[in-house]
Amino acid sequence: MSTLLEELMQERVRPETEHRILICGGIPCRSLGCRKVQEALDEELQQKGLAGQIPVDVIGCIGDCSQGPSIIVYPEGIVYQKLGPDDARTIVREHIIGGRVVEELLHRDPHSEEIIRKREEMPFYREQTRLVLRNCGVISPHIDDYLKYRGYAALARALAEMTPEEVIDEIKKSGLRGRGGGGFPTGRKWELVHQAHGDEKYVICNADEGDPGAFMDRSILEGDPHSVLEGMIIAGYAVGASRGYIYVRAEYPVALRRCREAIAQAREKKFLGGNILEKGFSFDIEIRTGAGAFVCGEETALISSLHGTRGDPEPKPPFPAQKGLWGKPTLINNVETLANIPLIILHGSHRFTELGTERSPGTKVFALAGKVRHTGLVEVPLGTTLRRIIFDIGGGIPGNKKFKAAQTGGPSGGCLGEEALDIPMDYDSLQEAGSMVGSGGLIILDEDTCMVDLARFYLDFSQDESCGKCTPCRVGSKRLLEILQKITEGKGEERDLETLEQLALLMKNSSLCGLGRAAPNPLLNTLRLFREEYLAHIRERRCPAGVCRSLMRPRINPEICKACGICSRICPSQAITGARGTPYKIDLEKCSDCLRCLEECPFDAITRGGRRLAEAEAMDR
Amino acid sequence: MLPQDQPGIMPGAGKKGNPVPTTGVQEKKLYERLTQALEKYKGKPGVLIAALQEAQEIFGYLPRKAMIHVANELTIPLAEVYSVASFYSLFSTVPAGKTRLEVCMGTACYVKGAEKLLQELQKQCGGSPGKFTSEGRFSVATTRCVGACSAAPVIKIGEELHGEMSPEKLPALLEELTKI
Ligand SMILES: Cc1cc2nc3c(=O)[nH]c(=O)nc-3n(C[C@H](O)[C@H](O)[C@H](O)COP(=O)(O)O)c2cc1C
Ligand code: FES
Repeated sequence: MSTLLEELMQERVRPETEHRILICGGIPCRSLGCRKVQEALDEELQQKGLAGQIPVDVIGCIGDCSQGPSIIVYPEGIVYQKLGPDDARTIVREHIIGGRVVEELLHRDPHSEEIIRKREEMPFYREQTRLVLRNCGVISPHIDDYLKYRGYAALARALAEMTPEEVIDEIKKSGLRGRGGGGFPTGRKWELVHQAHGDEKYVICNADEGDPGAFMDRSILEGDPHSVLEGMIIAGYAVGASRGYIYVRAEYPVALRRCREAIAQAREKKFLGGNILEKGFSFDIEIRTGAGAFVCGEETALISSLHGTRGDPEPKPPFPAQKGLWGKPTLINNVETLANIPLIILHGSHRFTELGTERSPGTKVFALAGKVRHTGLVEVPLGTTLRRIIFDIGGGIPGNKKFKAAQTGGPSGGCLGEEALDIPMDYDSLQEAGSMVGSGGLIILDEDTCMVDLARFYLDFSQDESCGKCTPCRVGSKRLLEILQKITEGKGEERDLETLEQLALLMKNSSLCGLGRAAPNPLLNTLRLFREEYLAHIRERRCPAGVCRSLMRPRINPEICKACGICSRICPSQAITGARGTPYKIDLEKCSDCLRCLEECPFDAITRGGRRLAEAEAMDR
Repeated sequence: MLPQDQPGIMPGAGKKGNPVPTTGVQEKKLYERLTQALEKYKGKPGVLIAALQEAQEIFGYLPRKAMIHVANELTIPLAEVYSVASFYSLFSTVPAGKTRLEVCMGTACYVKGAEKLLQELQKQCGGSPGKFTSEGRFSVATTRCVGACSAAPVIKIGEELHGEMSPEKLPALLEELTKI
């Protein structure tokens, strides 16, 4: 029997026989200059009199972003990566006109030196299970392309063959859990909204994607918006809603545009509006944009924001399922959760549960970024190990550096160290390991990342984003940040660690919403896994990773200094003062970090970041 | 507290929401535009954020007068208007510089050296983060994750994103911007 992936692949036999060029228009590619590539393609086609004959379409993210800008040339499906404008012209001349694949521009496997022509041959894709991302970077986001691949067939089936209860039952049997971070069983949530009483109900798609360092939802909305719309319409049918909202964060202008276009296309084809597919069910979708607030990803705060007010969270219960938007029963689901729905309805829950683990079925899209060779979107069955994701798919850590940790769950999550490389990545195992699947951000850290500074970074973020409504979060996050700042500046004391832990637990237990309850997580988790590093900052005034700037300044060790005065004489900034007999001192306000004093001190009494000159220089390299 | 409009800086709208000096007549036109834009929101619930977004688009930022205008037109208390304007980071009550360079401070960019990039950029542009000055060619700011994490570190200029940046690439980037 074939797997779900194989089944999908078979549907995917390209009907295309003509030349066609698809350009990856994902944000990373755009930031790497894909527009110039597009211009060059257009120009060259124009010059050769082929304008209008060879369609050039911009599609959503192809996936392996570190290799952008990328294009795919059909009918062969050849992938060209890391292109410049001149390369694009060559491709038009040689491939499109000459019919010869441009070998020089093909991707080469760094290990085997093997030339790679197609997407499916690249280790980055070969090792993935792309179900939710099945259309991303393969077809254009236009509804015509979506319909070629059984788009809206799930909706048709649900409306024609299933009652709302049967739809809910199918989702329940699939075991799908919310991909927005909480991992709450989706079918159960649908049932709650279905059972709730209300003359009107709403479906909200949460596309706020607040975790800094995550971009799965953006890529899905840009590359395959119709799968999300289809999921929402089915959800609306199941729970008995007639109106849906997509709450998109304002930082995603392209996703916003694609959603607008997709909704217009779906309305035109009568998948949205009154009496959908003549089955007597009506549903329509509106878009609302956020205005830059992390807390608005939290469901009650999101609803406040939809009401047009400050995005303040509300105490739960009542849950949105009972009392949500405008006080009516409301279903809130994440983008990726909804994109899973058409798959489950069309292929059946039994196909879905073949993947992943028993308690976490299906796949999860991770946004792989940070210190890893191939960055981009990675979709794997839940329960895949971190090692496989980082080393087999991501190609390992660049620059001969050592893996230090992987951050999951963003500001609400934590880090997984080396010992966690082989645990299965699913909801329960990660929770046990002290982190969480979260929304899917996966940031790889190497030896050059300071864990104390990282904790400070996240606390800074949470403190800034705290809405200020409840005291534990408003004041607690500020105090935690202050203490962490003190430690990274080399002014920490050992009892600070205890204060940090107490305060963090207090905040966890007494904050109003998930933001405050989870904000101490990165701190508590790094304190547990990397306590040594905290202690080095405190006891030795040293930052082992060489990140904390205040600890990377020159310092005279008073116990070694013989007060010879050489450093003071040679210092170009006149920052060093002292008198015979007492150790010299550096005025860091004046110091320009030229490090000449480190070079000249005959006693090696001056160090930087706790290191003598040779070591300090090695660090800089 | 609701900030006073800065004397000497007139609201205005250039391309991409950059303020340009305006005359009284032009200013009047902008307010007429705002009044028109607000028409469709009147009497509807939950529209304040969208209304303020439009106002910011017209003026490039939210001057005090514009907030009062929105409050009056939509009959929403001014306190509520300001509470929303100050809550969301996308709303600005001070005018922006001519070319606004925003360094992404999301996690992926941060671990890939965004801080160093920011410092270097400030040094080369003479701005300070979070503050937009109306004089000076460039203003430097930080932004939340823009979702291009795999090309970290990223600098955002208007709608354009520049990925895989490094301090070494800055002079060339600034050079190119000066030409426009
Ligand atoms: C501080 C905070 C931020 C959140 N941000 C997001 C987000 O950006 N996107 C999202 O889908 N869910 C986010 N959530 C989770 C939502 O509250 C909610 O659980 C989710 O949208 C439900 O959808 P799901 O069941 O499909 O996952 C956040 C929660 C908290 C506490
Ligand atoms: S962290 Fe900078 S783009 Fe996401």
